[in-house]
Amino acid sequence: MVTLVIIVVVGLLTGIAIALVSRWFGVEPNPVEEEVRNLLSGANCGGCGFPGCAGYAKALVAGAAKPGACSSQCAGAAEKMAKLLGVAVVHKEPKVAVVFCSGDDMKATRQALYNGINDCRDAMIVAAGAKTCAYGCLGLGACARVCPFGAIEINEHRLAVVHKEICVGCGKCVGACPKKLIKLVPKSAEIHVHCMNPVRGPEKFKACKAACIGCGKCVKTAPEHVKLVPGAALAEVDYGNPPPEALAEVCPTHALRK
Amino acid sequence: MASYISLILGCILVNNFVLTQILGICPFLGVSKSTKTALGMGGAVIFVMTIAGFFTSLIYHSMLKPYGVAYLQTIVFILAIAGIVQILEILLQRFSEPLYKALGIYLPLITTNCAVLGAALICSQKDYGLLKSTIYCAASATGFALALLIFSSIRERLDLARPPMVLKGLPLTLITAGLLAMAFMGFSGLGK
Repeated sequence: MVTLVIIVVVGLLTGIAIALVSRWFGVEPNPVEEEVRNLLSGANCGGCGFPGCAGYAKALVAGAAKPGACSSQCAGAAEKMAKLLGVAVVHKEPKVAVVFCSGDDMKATRQALYNGINDCRDAMIVAAGAKTCAYGCLGLGACARVCPFGAIEINEHRLAVVHKEICVGCGKCVGACPKKLIKLVPKSAEIHVHCMNPVRGPEKFKACKAACIGCGKCVKTAPEHVKLVPGAALAEVDYGNPPPEALAEVCPTHALRK
Repeated sequence: MASYISLILGCILVNNFVLTQILGICPFLGVSKSTKTALGMGGAVIFVMTIAGFFTSLIYHSMLKPYGVAYLQTIVFILAIAGIVQILEILLQRFSEPLYKALGIYLPLITTNCAVLGAALICSQKDYGLLKSTIYCAASATGFALALLIFSSIRERLDLARPPMVLKGLPLTLITAGLLAMAFMGFSGLGK
């Protein structure tokens, strides 16, 4: 009984003390900051480079940041913020995350059966995952779970796929992938080379029928849009000058695709 | 008076919280990357631990001990420390903006610092009075800040060195912490 009373009394006293102190001495939050914060999405994705939406709002009010860095706020919200703060919007180029791997279960082979904890980072510890290709998506969804917007789906053939229309390019998944297969690329790019394995073509083709074998067909067709990665049997889209969607047709393994 | 001086010296050097009693290791490793953050964290710990030491001792002597429920100390102290840190944060934000900004994120982090709870529990275990508890906590916190400052300075210089790849990062940090703890063993002959 005494136990109960003492815990309740100490808890109540602390609670009341905190309430009273914050009532009497609490600092009113800056109203402009509050308003700016309401214009942000509240997803706390960190895509702007500040610690959460509150951090960005604080930096905006302090003048240390410009409106337009938030990629997940509604259309027109950045303009409203700019009006509120009396500064100009600096739009950053919209980016999306892309999983640079095409090797789903239909195309890529597995070197082993992984029965452990259902997470890519755990699977990575055991002989770098079950995929034969050392650069293959493990498909256990570390990226999908970390995405605050639910933009990444593990498809039916166990490959992570980013939904471009939902992705805001915050970059959380980039750090979550133990294979480092996810990169942020400009949203304007239509097609990508979905392969990151630099080894010789025949070698990776044995492990994955969707690998970029480095044949150079795309480079020959459109040298201004695609280039070969130096020292690797791998093509890479030039994101400064992204290729048209039609170029995907020349790729024999369909590594170059949407 | 002499007993207090030996208590303070003992807390700072002989029974250093981090290096001898192994309390508060997480901030010791976590925020010792630069002297600046170490100073901030050290200051915040001294501040909170002194005040928390006073209040937990007050609760222990006025409530827990008279009613014979000393076994409740852990949970009650956690409650009290969390509350004190909250109140301190509000008051600091209002009355001392520069200090609030300097302590920054370290103030709420201290709520979960085991050194604060450890000091309060040791005080009640040894049945220290109100004044002695406060002094003990303040001195222990100073010892913590000292260890943190020394360690962060070492780490700052280590950043310039080129250790073997296997030791780079955390392994080297842990070895350094061990060596520092061994160095502090030299003080063990200083007092009781």
